[in-house]
Amino acid sequence: MTRYVLMRLIQGVITVWFIATATFFVMHNIPGNPLQNEKAVSEQVQKKLEEKYGLDKNVVVQYGIYMWNMIRGDFGLSFKQEERPVNKIIAERFPVSAILGVLAIVIAGMGGVLWGALTALYRNRWPDVVIIILVILGISVPSFVFATVGQLGIVVANRMLGFELLPVAGWGTIWHMLVPALVLGLGTMAFLTRLMRTSMLEIVNADYIRTARSKGVPVAQIFAKHQFRNAILPVVTVLGPSIAAITTGGFVVENVFAIPGLGRTFVEAVQQSDYTVIMGTTVFYGAFLVLMVIVVDLVYALIDPRVRLQ
Amino acid sequence: MTELSFKPTTVASDIEQTSRPSLSYWQDAFIRLVANKRAITSLVVIILLIIFAFIAPHVFWTIKHDVQNLDRTSEPPWINRKAMVLPDQDDWQDVHVAAAIGEHRAPTVLEVVGEPTTSRVRLKWEPVPNAYGYRIYRNIVEPSEDTPLGLSMGVNEAGTHVSFEDRLAIRQKPYWYSVVALDEDGTEFEAAKTINVRPQLAITVSEALTLTKADNVQPGDTVSLFWHPLGTDYLGRDMLARLMKGAQVSLTIGIVAPLLFMILGIIIGSVSGYFGGMVDAGLMRFTDFVIALPFLLFMILFKLLFVPSGDTENWMSNFQEWLGIEGGMLAMVVALVLLSWPGIARLVRGEVLKIREQGYVEASKLLGAPNSWLIGRHMIPNTMGVVLVSFTFAVPATIFTEAFLSFIGMGVVPPTPSWGSMCNDGIRTMEMYPHELLFPALFISITVLAFNLLGDGLRDALDARMRSRE
Repeated sequence: MTRYVLMRLIQGVITVWFIATATFFVMHNIPGNPLQNEKAVSEQVQKKLEEKYGLDKNVVVQYGIYMWNMIRGDFGLSFKQEERPVNKIIAERFPVSAILGVLAIVIAGMGGVLWGALTALYRNRWPDVVIIILVILGISVPSFVFATVGQLGIVVANRMLGFELLPVAGWGTIWHMLVPALVLGLGTMAFLTRLMRTSMLEIVNADYIRTARSKGVPVAQIFAKHQFRNAILPVVTVLGPSIAAITTGGFVVENVFAIPGLGRTFVEAVQQSDYTVIMGTTVFYGAFLVLMVIVVDLVYALIDPRVRLQ
Repeated sequence: MTELSFKPTTVASDIEQTSRPSLSYWQDAFIRLVANKRAITSLVVIILLIIFAFIAPHVFWTIKHDVQNLDRTSEPPWINRKAMVLPDQDDWQDVHVAAAIGEHRAPTVLEVVGEPTTSRVRLKWEPVPNAYGYRIYRNIVEPSEDTPLGLSMGVNEAGTHVSFEDRLAIRQKPYWYSVVALDEDGTEFEAAKTINVRPQLAITVSEALTLTKADNVQPGDTVSLFWHPLGTDYLGRDMLARLMKGAQVSLTIGIVAPLLFMILGIIIGSVSGYFGGMVDAGLMRFTDFVIALPFLLFMILFKLLFVPSGDTENWMSNFQEWLGIEGGMLAMVVALVLLSWPGIARLVRGEVLKIREQGYVEASKLLGAPNSWLIGRHMIPNTMGVVLVSFTFAVPATIFTEAFLSFIGMGVVPPTPSWGSMCNDGIRTMEMYPHELLFPALFISITVLAFNLLGDGLRDALDARMRSRE
């Protein structure tokens, strides 16, 4: 077990190194100059600026400095936000995205398991049909449409009630998070519902269910103890990739609802060609995803005794 | 017992026969697919979408997608197109009357002169005693006691000047005009007179001659304006034409990119699976790395890398021009191919590893089949099933990615429309003109749904093990 965890961590570190290297070289070859401005700058100032950010040095030297700083956990200074370290920006913005993401995952996971179990329980009756139609909608409508419709829903509700039931945009309280988290989790919820349904229906025919039934175990107990618990396993496996899907979904939701998260920071940084912020955010996100995949694998091994770690 | 005791029997002709002809894998799959109504409906929808994107703009709807008409912006499809024709020269004299006597603080009468139209609304009112001028307001909702009167449209600087002509961007919807009298210092009186006006669509004679096919138009006639079946966008461009162009962009990226990364994935996966050993280990490590890259972030980075910023020319833009495609589509396809191949490579590798151990491959090898025969006859045809299924699921995923990137402004370059960028444009005006968001969103949803259902059907038809339970 310890050996496995260690191996995975070493692999993870190598992967993060690859991500960092790829990011560095992609960024380095992007046409245009991050220090270019609308304002014309004298050659001397330009030189000074390049010196300050180390852009006057050889590519290999720059790569070395960049890597060395990254190992020490330093992503450098932002190009566009005067003198602010990228670390500080990430430290400020990431918790926002993380809270939103966790809330979305909780909503998606609970909703998906619940709806999936319901559809399997009411197979081919109206609750099943209604939920399946909603699932198809959830899978085929883009998240930005949900986000806009959700926001419009808040506006209309506030207007009809005559007071502010929920804030339309921004960040701060739990009330700001509810609708964005729901919108963010919708796609994943639809996907999980479908998965849960399939997995529930597969298990109905399992030997141990038949045995339990022939022993005369009450239906409710079979459902809770055997069917439901076993059906949840595949749902846990896809939670890892779902975390990635939810972080990407965060781009849109954070933009529509004006939430100061990391996704919005990245989009803004790209629009302003703030190279250090782009690199820092990308490497940080990559490292975070790598870590999440490892964690999910370990959790899965813990709950499913059949999985042996090698 | 003699020989005569034995009688020859008649030969029974009905030898047992197989009840139906044997079917190949693909024949069987085809029969299953055709029996699946949902999958076939989806296939028909997809074919219709392809016709909509690539044939319809040349045959049925040849309107240009980038022609702006700032007089007809954000028109929903259900708008009234009957327009009144007004003379080209249509000046109106200000109305001046004698000062009024009495006690009232707001005009007693406020009326519209002539027909209110989208080119002008003319108001006239009874003068207010002791007024030194009037201010005219316009609102799109009915003003009440505690809501404002709306936008200030102008000020008349004499108590005897009791007319006003509004020519400012009038649309076909109700307006509430209010007139308030002003005192010597320009301070408003406390009372106002409000009137509800519903302007009618109107164009001038010369506009009518250019905008419609009519060749003899008189002032006072009614003409029908050009029909935009799905309305217009915020620059007055025809939505149907833009949706067609957007369909071209979205479907081209959505089909070409998966096709290319499938090919790359198949090559890498089959080489890796077939040769095994060091080659396999190396390629698979690389695959793991590429999978670990944060997809959307790198999509955006690659897009920055491949699209020339500003006027700099590079090989990419030259190649794109040579291909005759526009708006950064090539950059997006290249980025998608570079980032999306690992999934299919892993899948194909797994299949090849499995097939390599099969009895029929062993038999073929023993009979002296060369590598090329093994790959061409056994490996590739037997992996085609899973590849085809993944392709059908990759198309909607790619269309989503494209829409998503265009939505946050990192996709195709304007003015080339894609469904995603059209949604982005539509969102700004969605409360007033929902059709600008509704139609592109609907097209994305229908396309994604159709490909997903077709994929489900194909999976059920091609591979019994992957069959979904629904």
